[in-house]
Amino acid sequence: MRVELDNLSKSWDDVIGADRITLDITDGELVAFLGPSGCGKTTTLLMVAGIYKPTGGTISFDGHVVNEVAPKDRGIGMVFQSYALYPHMSVFGNISYPLRLQKLGKGEIKERVQAVADMMGIGDLLDRKIAQLSGGQQQRVALGRALVKQPDLLLFDEPLSNLDARLRLTMRGEIKRLQEDLGITSIYVTHDQVEAMTMADRIAVMSKGVLQAYDVPEALYDRPKTLFVAAFVGNPPMNFFDVDIVRDNGDFRAKSEAIDLVLPQDRGEKAAAADGKVIMGVRPEDINVVGDATPPAEGLTLNGEAVVVEPLGREDLVGISINGVDMRVLVDKTKEVAVGDTISLVFNTSRAQFFDPETELSLLWA
Amino acid sequence: MTKQVEEEAEALARVAVGAPGKQRSSRGRRARSTASAYGFMAPAAALVLTFFVAPGILLLILSLTNLSSANFSQAWNFIGLDNYERLFTDPFFPKIARNTLFYVLTTLIFFNLGLALVLALVTTSIPRRAGFFFRLVWLLPRLTPSVVYILMWKRIGSADPFGIYNQIVPEFLGGSGGNLYLGGSPWTFVILTNGFIGASFGMIIFTSALESIPKDLLTAAKVDGAGTWRIIRDIKLPMIKWPLLFIATYQTLSLLTSFEYILLLTEGGPGLFTTEVWALTSYKRAFASYFGNSQWGYGATWAIVLVTIALVLAVVYVKLFKFNELVEEPRIENL
Ligand SMILES: Nc1ncnc2c1ncn2[C@@H]1O[C@H](COP(=O)(O)OP(=O)(O)OP(=O)(O)O)[C@@H](O)[C@H]1O
Ligand SMILES: [Mg+2]
Repeated sequence: MRVELDNLSKSWDDVIGADRITLDITDGELVAFLGPSGCGKTTTLLMVAGIYKPTGGTISFDGHVVNEVAPKDRGIGMVFQSYALYPHMSVFGNISYPLRLQKLGKGEIKERVQAVADMMGIGDLLDRKIAQLSGGQQQRVALGRALVKQPDLLLFDEPLSNLDARLRLTMRGEIKRLQEDLGITSIYVTHDQVEAMTMADRIAVMSKGVLQAYDVPEALYDRPKTLFVAAFVGNPPMNFFDVDIVRDNGDFRAKSEAIDLVLPQDRGEKAAAADGKVIMGVRPEDINVVGDATPPAEGLTLNGEAVVVEPLGREDLVGISINGVDMRVLVDKTKEVAVGDTISLVFNTSRAQFFDPETELSLLWA
Repeated sequence: MTKQVEEEAEALARVAVGAPGKQRSSRGRRARSTASAYGFMAPAAALVLTFFVAPGILLLILSLTNLSSANFSQAWNFIGLDNYERLFTDPFFPKIARNTLFYVLTTLIFFNLGLALVLALVTTSIPRRAGFFFRLVWLLPRLTPSVVYILMWKRIGSADPFGIYNQIVPEFLGGSGGNLYLGGSPWTFVILTNGFIGASFGMIIFTSALESIPKDLLTAAKVDGAGTWRIIRDIKLPMIKWPLLFIATYQTLSLLTSFEYILLLTEGGPGLFTTEVWALTSYKRAFASYFGNSQWGYGATWAIVLVTIALVLAVVYVKLFKFNELVEEPRIENL
């Protein structure tokens, strides 16, 4: 099913939950709503579900405006962070509830519930009470309940947030596989960007009720249109520096008291269009320690001091200060960096981002 | 302080030695915890003994005597079960029993449970402030002194052409529905006066129970395809099962023993025992007999039989509604 949100807004008196959200979701697509707590993800989702009445704009399913359609007539299934299972019903009672409301025959209900439960791997738990299930099992029941009525649209509100890290990983893959196999259009709300990056076909990044960006994951990562998106997407987050763009013998350079780096021609030219001060962003993996693999390069190498070393296992996240400017860099374990060491860094400025400090819009992509 | 150190040392030693010591100590600990459990129960037990069991026994003794205002300067005369025989052969006994049953059931079902539930469901479905305001309005009768409250109802229920009801309602209904007055429909007024007050208790309890149902559950039900009625039936009512059963039990028992509003409103009349209920009879026999003769012994007999019925009912309710499931040990390991 195609879903279109057109200037969709919701506010309560003086609180704005969602502010003129416009986006379209094609049939069979999984779209993630990503953003920090309180940015309006749930609000938008509940409007799509028909629980909240929009205060402005429209929601269309397959071209039909559904603003006035009751939740039960929207053909949706929903999964919650809290699971929201009915505690007084058994597993069978929970999964069969949507079908019982449709007044289907006993035999058909039984068949369909069993089929869905088997698909979710909980076929032998149908008689259990909800309180007798683990969190992971409960989430499977919740998924089963959402799927059993064969919805046209699946809504997920942080479904994995209450699970432990390992289970989250497996469930993530499972949900994605199910969604692809069944081809059900889905909206997946999360504040976990790894979840969004790995599962979603497209990601809608939100902040303070406003849609910041809506694109495929790689585009958000490589071509962030706003400072917020650049800062929010990616872990560990992008480093930002206040710099002046100056022209020097035909070369563009990013300069500040601490930094002096040569920029590639194309990016430098666009960054220089802002006329002076800009915010430069460089991802931790685009800053390398000088060594055999990365020899020092003219105009791209700076020296700094390691101030924090956080072992991540495969590599260390090292906090480095270059004349008082702080940044985070991923360093191979074998380099054995210690606090206080002086390190030479090579910046990959061909992947650097530039933002206007006033508008916070990208100078490269906006 | 040293004792604590000793105990710790002992515990360490036990761990080193193994199971036998452990068993002994756990038996000791159990005995100690039982003792402290009784300790914690003691104040409540003392209250119940002083204010319920002791008076109950006195009442029982009283019911076996013919003590009354006519002979209270003399020694008590035990007359065996004469009072009980007199009670059950009283020509108005069946009427009073029927009245009591009717009064309790009608008030309970339509008001203390029914109206309370409707009020709770409605006031939790409208905006919070409005809901709060309406509940406050429904609490007013309970906050009004009973004599004032009943005086108001008497004014409402005066006969045509007086009476607030008779002056207002027929006008709106185009002349019909007139002449509803206290003397003509005493039961209507008895039930209404009690019900309007009784409903607010259940309303408060049900409201808080309904408000504690997680929002996600109601959202899930809506998405699953449930309308208002199915949500009430399938989600809300089952989720407030315990408060419902509690109110049913509690209000049955308190209605069974309540009589003050009937006393103030109709005094059990009009006519002979028309709206007289058991507790009122007990009160009248003991303290306000028609001939200025307070029959304390006979009144106590009515009270004893009523208390017995209430106790039996309480036990039946507890068994029927499986209240012990409520205090079942939590099964944490299943979560
Ligand atoms: N029923 C409501 N009444 C008033 N304000 C609300 C209501 N629901 C949400 N809001 C406000 O709308 C904003 C967005 O809330 P929303 O629940 O959509 O955030 P979210 O992105 O889902 O956050 P989280 O990740 O914490 O779940 C918040 O400022 C919140 O306080
Ligand atoms: Mg949310």
